[in-house]
Amino acid sequence: MSNARQPRSYTLRVWRQPSSTTEGKLVEYAVSDIDPDSSFLEMLDHLNENLVKKNEEPIAFDSDCREGICGTCGVCIDGRPHGPIPHVTTCALRMRDFADRSTIVVEPFRAKSFPVVKDLVVDRSAFDRIIEAGGYVSVNAGSAPEANMIPIGKDIAESAMDSAVCIGCGACVASCPNASASLFVGAKMRQMVLLPQGAVERKHRALAMVERMDREGFGDCSNHGECEAACPKAISIENIATLRREYMKAIFR
Amino acid sequence: MNTPRFRLWSSVGKKILTGLTGIALMAFIVMHLLGNLTLLVGADAFNGYTESLHELGWLVIVAELGLIALFGLHAISAVQVWLDKGKARKQHNSLMRTKGAPSKQTIASRSMIVTGAVLLVFVVVHVIQFRFGPSIEQGYVAVVDGAPARDLHRLVVETFKNPVWTGIYVAVMLLLGFHLRHGFWSAFQSIGALGPKLRPLAYSVAVVFAVAMAVGFLILPLYLFLFASVPSGAVAMAGH
Ligand code: HEM
Ligand code: FES
Repeated sequence: MSNARQPRSYTLRVWRQPSSTTEGKLVEYAVSDIDPDSSFLEMLDHLNENLVKKNEEPIAFDSDCREGICGTCGVCIDGRPHGPIPHVTTCALRMRDFADRSTIVVEPFRAKSFPVVKDLVVDRSAFDRIIEAGGYVSVNAGSAPEANMIPIGKDIAESAMDSAVCIGCGACVASCPNASASLFVGAKMRQMVLLPQGAVERKHRALAMVERMDREGFGDCSNHGECEAACPKAISIENIATLRREYMKAIFR
Repeated sequence: MNTPRFRLWSSVGKKILTGLTGIALMAFIVMHLLGNLTLLVGADAFNGYTESLHELGWLVIVAELGLIALFGLHAISAVQVWLDKGKARKQHNSLMRTKGAPSKQTIASRSMIVTGAVLLVFVVVHVIQFRFGPSIEQGYVAVVDGAPARDLHRLVVETFKNPVWTGIYVAVMLLLGFHLRHGFWSAFQSIGALGPKLRPLAYSVAVVFAVAMAVGFLILPLYLFLFASVPSGAVAMAGH
């Protein structure tokens, strides 16, 4: 790679789609004067400023926290959700990881259940509806001191936390050849069933979340395991094994 | 919608079915291979083995019906998984690439529907060829424990003296190897049996199992093609 501190330039091929009901296509843009330490989204901001100056429609993309915790950002970069680097969100991705003068293809998180709203923005409310169906605890968990009165082993607490780190970005669905939401649903289920407050409603939760996931039109899982590789939080497909165990227990009890 | 029928045909239900039937089919092919290895011993050993199966009488019919059900359920649930995949993403991005480890996406995992479809056609042909092939009435008679029995060994050897059949069988067994390279570990993941310790183990054992099954099966037609003496209806083999 060229001098690490030199500003870089890129050819971008970006998915442009004016609305959910119109056809989209890849459009090519040249960007230059990009600081290698800037983030991927800052690079897109830079391009958008130039587009606005030229009186063109800026590229629509989602972002909020820009520090990898909210889960709203997320695009497919050169065919990989959140880009080539493991365990980062698009907002945390840096341009130093893209060679100077390279071509970068930017497309939305693609699935029938994630309809494109505009350009790179997709509607992920299907995830919210799965949570509404059963991804909650309706027992009164009490205030903080009460919660701490139920002893929970450190290993179990940490294991539940490994699932709870899911930010609901949808990279698992976008990376899956089948567009399955199994990793998301598995993580949202497992974070609860491991803990006593969450275990109470496990049967209803397993049936309701799976039913909702299917009705939203997500695909079935073929155990390709691509979701774990794409997940910015490295959530393991062990969560999918849990999902199946929970489902079997719910059916056969 | 929470009817029992919907539960078994939900995305997770279908996957559990594919896994359970896949495990049963794997158990079956292990037994099938162990039995067939008597082909390496000789005509008497093989005909003795097949005759001992036939002496099970009505149990054979039960086993055969069970196998039809297993293959049918496995194929239907697996094809359904594949069909749902088509529905879940109508429009595709111009690029879709793997992010590498720990992804378990391989040629084997991506071609399950192709290797599976070939296996389905193969199983039908295979059963027509041997189960419903010529028997005692057509003169394929051997002597097992002093009584006349079907000379299946002769039919098998005649079949694999034909390089075309040997070629087809060897090719299909290689595809079976691919099916099992992903199928072996995937089946246990599908029934939720794999935790953080077992998963890497199962993923590695899958390679060993796939190679063992593919090589174990394909060695039989190759061996008969190269070394078996052309059958004349006689039973005698060296060493007996
Ligand atoms: C010798 C016979 C066969 C054996 C031992 C076998 C074994 C397996 C196993 C162990 C799996 C993994 C199950 C899972 O992922 O949960 C599997 C998956 C699969 N099998 Fe078979 N199978 C056989 C025949 C067939 C046939 C006849 C078909 C016909 C279509 C088929 C199609 C598939 C497909 C498409 C999958 C992947 C399902 C998915 O994407 O999730 N298999 N097989
Ligand atoms: S903007 Fe919040 S995770 Fe990227």
